[in-house]
Amino acid sequence: MFENLTDRLEGVFRRLRGHGTLTEDNIQEAMREVRMALLEADVHFKVARDFVAGVTEKAIGREVAKSLSPGQQVIKIVHEELVALLGGNTEQLRLDGRQPVTIMMAGLQGSGKTTTSGKLAAMLKNKGRRPYLVPADIYRPAAIEQLQVLGDKLGVPVHPSTTDTRPVDICRQAMVAAAEKNYDTVIIDTAGRLHIDESLMSELKDIQEAVQLSEILFVADAMTGQDAVTVAEKFNHDLAITGVVLTKMEGDARGGAALSIKSVTGKPIKFVGMGEGLDALEVFHPDRTASRILGMGDVLTLIEKA
Amino acid sequence: SKTREAFTYQLDRLFLGRKEIDAELFDDLEELLITADLGVTTTRELLDHARRKVHRKELSDPESLKLALKDKIKSFIIDYQRDAELVMPESGPFVIMVVGVNGVGKTTTIGKIAHKFVKAGRSVMLVAGDTFRAAAVSQLQIWGERNGVHVVARADRADPSSVVYDAMDIAKAKNYDVVLVDTAGRLHTQTNLMEELKKIKRVMGKRLEGAPHEVMLVIDATTGQNGISQAKLFHEAVGITGITLTKLDGTAKGGIVANICREMKTPIRFIGVGEKMEDLRDFDPDEFIEALFESRLP
Ligand SMILES: Nc1nc2c(ncn2[C@@H]2O[C@H](COP(=O)(O)OP(=O)(O)OP(=O)(O)O)[C@@H](O)[C@H]2O)c(=O)[nH]1
Ligand SMILES: Nc1nc2c(ncn2[C@@H]2O[C@H](COP(=O)(O)OP(=O)(O)OP(=O)(O)O)[C@@H](O)[C@H]2O)c(=O)[nH]1
Ligand SMILES: [Mg+2]
Ligand SMILES: [Mg+2]
Repeated sequence: MFENLTDRLEGVFRRLRGHGTLTEDNIQEAMREVRMALLEADVHFKVARDFVAGVTEKAIGREVAKSLSPGQQVIKIVHEELVALLGGNTEQLRLDGRQPVTIMMAGLQGSGKTTTSGKLAAMLKNKGRRPYLVPADIYRPAAIEQLQVLGDKLGVPVHPSTTDTRPVDICRQAMVAAAEKNYDTVIIDTAGRLHIDESLMSELKDIQEAVQLSEILFVADAMTGQDAVTVAEKFNHDLAITGVVLTKMEGDARGGAALSIKSVTGKPIKFVGMGEGLDALEVFHPDRTASRILGMGDVLTLIEKA
Repeated sequence: SKTREAFTYQLDRLFLGRKEIDAELFDDLEELLITADLGVTTTRELLDHARRKVHRKELSDPESLKLALKDKIKSFIIDYQRDAELVMPESGPFVIMVVGVNGVGKTTTIGKIAHKFVKAGRSVMLVAGDTFRAAAVSQLQIWGERNGVHVVARADRADPSSVVYDAMDIAKAKNYDVVLVDTAGRLHTQTNLMEELKKIKRVMGKRLEGAPHEVMLVIDATTGQNGISQAKLFHEAVGITGITLTKLDGTAKGGIVANICREMKTPIRFIGVGEKMEDLRDFDPDEFIEALFESRLP
């Protein structure tokens, strides 16, 4: 549906004179195309605008590989900046300090919190840790059972939560149980909620006060559009999230939400969900996501080598 | 609600005190339309349309510009909105198959639609066609209990087509008015799962003439440009006849459906505005467009 960004940029430079170098003029025009590509990938309007402004400044007069065409040069710079913004190195979970450590999942309805809780438990168990799954969603029909089923499948113990106990009390009780049974990683699955639902947002704040949390992971759907910034900003504002999980990334979404969320929260994207299976959790690769946001896979590997 | 107002201000504010149509107004409009998830191409088209009108002197003040834009967006949605109301067959069960990507709100929407029909005095049956996701069957069963309606279900991991096969026979035998079939969430790019969906639909038609009478695609209002791909591929596989747009109680505008409707000529039946049984509304294009033109505070 969309023209490849490389083609579009080459088009720009063909139309312009003096296409041997990156000048203020030709960069401006090329950056318009980059901005379009970002918006098509669902990068937030303002994030795209700021990104482009920043990159333009950096690109003017910059020396780049002679073997590349101006279009490729621009892409190389844009890609590098995108990678830098998405976060250089992969970030690990914070699992040191006093045990058990506790991870809380939070996010909008249906983003993938329960499934990701299961995936994390599987991953940690494989690493030799002793995870404990805690269902703290008392609202969604069969939410507790859903996590129980995942726990059973994995052979990971699940806290016997009931829908008549307040989530904050469930969490307190689960911490006691975990300490007694020597589990070292508590994973709290919370109910999906809207960022503008103040009473449900304060429920999470209550848990945060009652329990020492090592990680608060904001779980977001990779298909999210422009609203990603509003949601992420509010969750981060209220809870000071420690990381992000981007789910449903195995599909064909361009995943611009990754850039939006990273930009407004400054928090690292730690994992991506690549399927419904409990083994479909991968560490986040900024370079892959950058290529994807730009709508290009193979072209980039060529450029990167130059 | 109060909370929502704190996050938004009316588009009117954008026009307030503005006497002239200038470049700045167009810039603000671009931001507003893009952030509503209308997409770059559609936004550009809308603004070009407006610019042409301004150029031809058909529009001279910000107020009429706003109206022109609203009209244009409405034409994307409403041309095909004539038959937005679900039409029940003369006799026999009315079968609705609900499809969509993971977590958009299919099961919840079924619970809500069931409530709507039960309130209207219809007999309703639910079919647990999601045998894959953990506790999906229990989730639907709880919705069945809430509505006091029968749920046809088999154990987890059963073949969804065989559940649907049995369900159609029961629907016929008991002569239910409305049958709502839940399916497992799946990404439109998963070919094998899309094949499974085709099979479910085929089986339905074989057991019950004309079924499904409605194939409803559920789209989450927070969805960005990927919504187009979702709609296209689900349509290719099972022929979408209606859309429900969920989670409009958040701050997302759901602008992507304007593109979907425009491209696929599929009517929007309902909108979801919460997690409760009553949180389903008939789609109102004017209200929807009005909300599109509401913008978040910077
Ligand atoms: N394709 C795909 N589906 C996923 C992924 N992660 C989760 N899902 C699916 O998305 C749907 C919602 O996942 P849940 O884990 O129930 O989401 P949740 O955030 O716990 O939902 P609520 O508790 O209702 O807010 C389910 O169908 C999951 O199987 C992923 O990475 N890829
Ligand atoms: N705020 C809000 N939440 C909704 C709405 N519709 C559904 N939800 C919530 O979204 C989450 C997912 O809903 P489900 O009905 O399980 O979605 P699904 O499409 O059946 O999910 P899968 O079967 O896993 O693909 C649940 O937490 C629902 O309560 C809505 O209109 N507004
Ligand atoms: Mg959940
Ligand atoms: Mg479901």
